[in-house]
Amino acid sequence: MLRALFVRLICYFTVIFFFTGAQSSFAGYDYIDITNPFLRKIPVAVSSFKTFSGNTAERQVALKTSDLFSSMLEFTGYFKMLDRAAFLEDPHRSGITASNIKFHNWTSIGAELLITGLILKNVDLLEMELRLYDTFKGKLIVGKRYKSKPGDQRRIVRRFCSEIIYHLTGNKGIFNSRIAFISNASGHKEIYICDFDGYNPKRFTFNNNITLSPAWSSDGRWLAFTSYLKGHPDLYIKNLAQKRGSVVAKKGINITPAWVPGKFKLAATFSFSGDQEIYMLTGNGKITKRLTVNKGIDSSPSFSPGGRRMAFVSKRSGTPQIYIKDFRSGNVNRLTFQGQYNTEPNWSPRGDKIAYSSMVGREINIFVIGVDGGNLTQLTGSSADNESPSWSPDGSLILFSSTREGHAGIYVMTAYGTDQRRLLSMPGVQTGPAWSANIN
Amino acid sequence: MQKRLWINLMFCFILPAMLFTASCSKKVVSTEPTTDQMAEGDTDQLSEVTDVVVVDESSVAESDLMEAEALAAQEKAAREMFVSADIYFEFDSAVLASSAQDILNLKAAWMMKNPGVSVIIEGHCDERGTSEYNIALGDRRADSAKQFIVDLGVAPERLTTISYGEERPLDPGNNEYAWAKNRRAHFTLE
Repeated sequence: MLRALFVRLICYFTVIFFFTGAQSSFAGYDYIDITNPFLRKIPVAVSSFKTFSGNTAERQVALKTSDLFSSMLEFTGYFKMLDRAAFLEDPHRSGITASNIKFHNWTSIGAELLITGLILKNVDLLEMELRLYDTFKGKLIVGKRYKSKPGDQRRIVRRFCSEIIYHLTGNKGIFNSRIAFISNASGHKEIYICDFDGYNPKRFTFNNNITLSPAWSSDGRWLAFTSYLKGHPDLYIKNLAQKRGSVVAKKGINITPAWVPGKFKLAATFSFSGDQEIYMLTGNGKITKRLTVNKGIDSSPSFSPGGRRMAFVSKRSGTPQIYIKDFRSGNVNRLTFQGQYNTEPNWSPRGDKIAYSSMVGREINIFVIGVDGGNLTQLTGSSADNESPSWSPDGSLILFSSTREGHAGIYVMTAYGTDQRRLLSMPGVQTGPAWSANIN
Repeated sequence: MQKRLWINLMFCFILPAMLFTASCSKKVVSTEPTTDQMAEGDTDQLSEVTDVVVVDESSVAESDLMEAEALAAQEKAAREMFVSADIYFEFDSAVLASSAQDILNLKAAWMMKNPGVSVIIEGHCDERGTSEYNIALGDRRADSAKQFIVDLGVAPERLTTISYGEERPLDPGNNEYAWAKNRRAHFTLE
């Protein structure tokens, strides 16, 4: 089944490099400064895509696709999308390749990057040519041609967005990632899964009971979570594609799963010993090792990208605080010293920072702290409760839940706290977002 | 503390009230042997014996019933109290306050008196704090209640715990009054 899909995908996405310069242009990643990319957004013009035949149906698809392109790129927080009404040139008429583009028409309206597209759509084929230009250098940065079945616009646009981000930053971005979250839209808290941008939320669990804390394996194939399906908070480990998995139902609580990056292993909190402690499990749900030894609550593990260290919550000092355990030395160090209630650590995929939530006064807010304890930064504030931070796979964005509009909903912001916006609108209450890696 | 006072008051009122009804019915029986209470006894037999003896016998029989009823009512009240009396906690704490300990003492006594009963202790939290941590905290709350009762001599197998964290608030309000009500351990009979 999977294999067949894979073969089909290869057939569909006959991707052709038609410009060899593509390789040399991203040598320095000098477009986006990834150490502080959101201070200055890059002005980009997404022209309305040219159509092959020019018929109305194709025109509509072209317009929708270029809009989709704009919104996906804007989602990253790196870009300032220029208003099409201000464009001096219409590549729809003039042409979509460097020889036909008058780049000064783009630099003069402030565009530093230009995206052009050509779409061919008929009943059984969707073909798209997409190009990203550096307008000042008048040079193609990346160009690709995609062939697929009609209706695959989103997938193609996601692919090319990944290319763009790869050429500008050196990593693959977020476009093939997914988001799991909790919603009580059905009357019970259940897990839903949507695209990286909140598109197409689909219900994943049908437990008709409280379901919480979704956690993705780093290959995106497994989801672990807690559910009261059998009346108790038990741990479920599910394969997303196949209907299989395991249940860990120890006496007491079975909560807060977190996968070890790159491994079929996860940590979770159990209280069968009489105390809430973190243990390591195989992906099949077999407990292999106890990771914390301390009277009082230890919970909510989150691993460093290499899996050598683990951040977690402990009440060993009297209040819940974030600690880091180093597996090689066995040392445990306290990370947070400000505030009386610091929980929900989430280790950045870039490795240098940990996001967590902190209760100060009557508000809970999201903070980011360096792994060495430095650079403590508050990212949210004056907007009711903001909880459950989860980093995007490239470490550029953070998902969280917020009650700023009344009922809790899922929101997203940049790693620096800018561009805070709602991810999706759904009936009921949405909490506990978890961002997956890019899933191929 | 308040709960205990209330229970004591209840007994102060209910028991004398019952005694009072018993003494009233004695008179009713002696003059009019066809009341409801008489119907419960053997009316044929009563009509054949002398008045004085009837009064004595029926009054003895009736006071037995009253005692049984009073006992049943008392047991029912105790059972209801066992289920309805929650114990409360401070924010981010699973420590048993003295008021909570008073209630747990009563609960333990009741469990000792009712050896066939098994109990589920639910640990709950207020909505403040984060949901994962609150499940751990609710677990500790339920467990400290369990340990207290076990220490008083109840077999640990008779008590299971379950933490709901902040998932099942009693009062959905967003204020200290509601939060205080929600930081609780609740008992149900298995």
